[in-house]
Amino acid sequence: MTVHKGRGFAAINYPIGMNLGGDPSQALVHSNPDGKFTVALSAIDLGQGMKSVTRQIAAETLGVPIADVYVDTADSDTGPHDMGSFASRGTHRMGNAVIQASLEARAVMLEAAAEELEVDAGDLVTDGQGNIHVRGAPSRSITTMAAAQAAQFKQGRTIAGRGIFLIPLSDVDPDTGEMSPVTTFAHAALVVEVTVDDETGEVEVVDIQSAYEVGRALNPGLVEQQLRGGAWMGMSHAAWETTEPYYPARDHGPVDFNHYAMPGPGDLPTHHISVLERPAEDGPYGGKGPGEMCANPMLPAVVNAVYDAVGVRIDELPVTPEKVLRGIRANGGAKPRQAL
Amino acid sequence: MSVGTNGFELRKEIFADERDDNLNEIGKRTRRQDIEGHVTGRSPFYDDHLFDGLLHMRCVRSPHHHARVRRIDTAAAERMPGVVRIVTGRDVPVNLNTLLSLLDFGLDDEPILSEAKVAYKGEPVAAVIAETEAQARAAVQAVRVEWEVLPHVLDVEEALKPGAPSVNPAYPKNAFVYHGKYDHQKLRYGDLDRALAQADHVVEGRYQMSPIEQAPMETCGAIAAQEQNGRYVCYTGTQALFFSLGTASKVLNLPSSRLHFIGGTVGGGFGGKVDSVHEPLAILGTMLTGRPVKFQWDREEEMQVGAPRGAERWYITDGVMADGRIVARRFTGYFDCGAYTRLSSYAIIKGVGHLPGPYTIPNVYADVYCVYTNRTPATAMRGFGITGVDFAIEAHMDKVAETVGMNPVELRILNAYRDGDMKAHRRVAKNCALVECCQVAAEKAGVRLSPDLLAASSKTGGGGARGQLPAHTATDQNGRVEGYSSGSYAQKGGASAPASPAMPTPMPQPAPPPAPAPAASPPVASAPPPQPAPAAQPAKKPARSGAMRFSSLSGFRRR
Repeated sequence: MTVHKGRGFAAINYPIGMNLGGDPSQALVHSNPDGKFTVALSAIDLGQGMKSVTRQIAAETLGVPIADVYVDTADSDTGPHDMGSFASRGTHRMGNAVIQASLEARAVMLEAAAEELEVDAGDLVTDGQGNIHVRGAPSRSITTMAAAQAAQFKQGRTIAGRGIFLIPLSDVDPDTGEMSPVTTFAHAALVVEVTVDDETGEVEVVDIQSAYEVGRALNPGLVEQQLRGGAWMGMSHAAWETTEPYYPARDHGPVDFNHYAMPGPGDLPTHHISVLERPAEDGPYGGKGPGEMCANPMLPAVVNAVYDAVGVRIDELPVTPEKVLRGIRANGGAKPRQAL
Repeated sequence: MSVGTNGFELRKEIFADERDDNLNEIGKRTRRQDIEGHVTGRSPFYDDHLFDGLLHMRCVRSPHHHARVRRIDTAAAERMPGVVRIVTGRDVPVNLNTLLSLLDFGLDDEPILSEAKVAYKGEPVAAVIAETEAQARAAVQAVRVEWEVLPHVLDVEEALKPGAPSVNPAYPKNAFVYHGKYDHQKLRYGDLDRALAQADHVVEGRYQMSPIEQAPMETCGAIAAQEQNGRYVCYTGTQALFFSLGTASKVLNLPSSRLHFIGGTVGGGFGGKVDSVHEPLAILGTMLTGRPVKFQWDREEEMQVGAPRGAERWYITDGVMADGRIVARRFTGYFDCGAYTRLSSYAIIKGVGHLPGPYTIPNVYADVYCVYTNRTPATAMRGFGITGVDFAIEAHMDKVAETVGMNPVELRILNAYRDGDMKAHRRVAKNCALVECCQVAAEKAGVRLSPDLLAASSKTGGGGARGQLPAHTATDQNGRVEGYSSGSYAQKGGASAPASPAMPTPMPQPAPPPAPAPAASPPVASAPPPQPAPAAQPAKKPARSGAMRFSSLSGFRRR
């Protein structure tokens, strides 16, 4: 019995947003009397971090502290229309809608401040700390709260903004497939290291060295969570899970987590992540969606690593011990390559 | 080759000249607004929205891959303790749907509760509503269904052969119809056959993915209750609030103003909660009983009845020069969409737009089929339309590297797409970063690259001749289908027939082959009883009901 080491490489790109476009997202932003902002959406955040990213985008664009922004979402009575959370469209589409809504609200806030300070709104800047001041003259300032109160109780203005982002729907040529699928792509490449036991056929992923290009890491913590979790899902797709283990036969389908195999905490490899940022020209602050593409390179990288380790090409996922052992037997034994 | 450590870094020096990093909030590791609730278990799942008098709904499901429904006898089940109501297809106002009808893409092809036949193991034919979940489960066992078992097909290539059992009455040949014209989606760029003939090596491969479960923490479901003013509130785990609201409005034939949908904040989705029909069934239960109703899958249903990431089969043939340049790449792809379309038709167009992967290849050809088989319908999952073919492409790249004796990282950089290159879907590449990702991953793993490839950049070396469309593209009419017309979605030149201004246009119906389809089918009040004829007719679909449509484009195209 020998445990063989092998390494595998894969590189991918990933289209960001609903294919062909035609998928609008809307946002509404308004200020309460004390200068706190509510962002109203109907987007769905089932844990991926959408609410936090849109909150940061709103705070950045409005020029107010993050603590002064609250995102309210997922209610069809209060949130304007959004197409949904899929196709890596949340950050890209909704982020842009929130920027547009925030810019409109910000403009009113600056006009209100300008009236109070008796200056031109075009000369005003925000410091992101809750103050609005004349460019180059920080002492001529007003708090965002005071500006919001003046707007609502004195000037009769609504500090509010509407935003929508829509990429018009593309045609598809039936004969050539010509189309405009998306406007931007994220990228990734990684090297995985596996061990393969030539007696049991078991494959263990032991290390991942990755590079992911995400346009802009709007919140590096959330990006890291997505990438770490996504790589885990990718390795699970590669070497663990399926609802039909003998596809296309439907036998032996798992019905619970005792039989649906997925890696647990003890199976996690080390994973070193490098993030590259090449801003997308139409992304919110350049951001692309990292959430989907992070899983994809793991699948081929693992099968390539198994080949490197024992010389068995597995072209049907998942890589099960049964397939590895059958392959080794067909080859007349393990044929380690260690070529990468 | 030592095992590394966990780590995270931002490589700010790469593409630094394209960014303004001087921002207040963007780029910060700000703590999530909702994290405390998530980690302390206080964030509500939809299942936490319980009501007094809540009823529970469970489905009666097919034990067969393919069968005609002769009779459903609910008499014994209705007398079971706690049973309030048993719902069948006759109770569903519009009992034929496809999610993407909201985009004017594809035919309504899936009953909510099937009446005439079932096409996969687990397909629902009735729903029991009872006081407790246990009572609902017991009553489900007491519903008697007389089945006439039909031959079935489970393999995608078998399903496309003449004489295969016909899975889905809307597409009797077992393939989705693209653009009203072909039984597959085509990609044609350059002259594949000529380039393959001139290549130094031809590398072939076949790749298969099996179905995969999204495995969300909270299973799919919805809870509905009456609100004031004739409205219904629905707490749902959906990933797409207005898709679900639009579907409920259509299926229940209710104005969307009478629906109030509230989505979740935890529970995960990963694609499996885009096209659910839990919401209309829960609301229907409330309409029929006057009480709040919960319809939620258990884990077994989530895994075997809930739509998985579908299986995909890909054949790839590459023409490669001795120096590693790939000059031709052909794909034949089969998406196993199961018994009904759901979102697979969309994923294929997305996948075709993605071909041939992140490489500049001057001759590319693809035929991709959306195939109906007698299994659980497939749907979206993280990376939908891309994950399967990326597995195929990148496993294949390794074979190409071995064939030409190149380091696999170098092969990728050599063929990587760069700014200014023409892509196979005929748009110019920009904002590329594949080369840099390859370089960083190789550097970290200690894979040595040649000086040329270390110096390569996504910003240079592209465009010029690489940015030109091919002088000649070979096209064909293979897979031509008659009797279908296209909706407006993804359709070059828009839909063929202009819409009447007074009424939304009904979807064209496929004719029973080979006669051509009528332009529009009149609404029919209820589905016919089970047919004795061997070829099941699609239930006649009512003209598009009052449900909202999202197709912004079909909207302004048709003005």
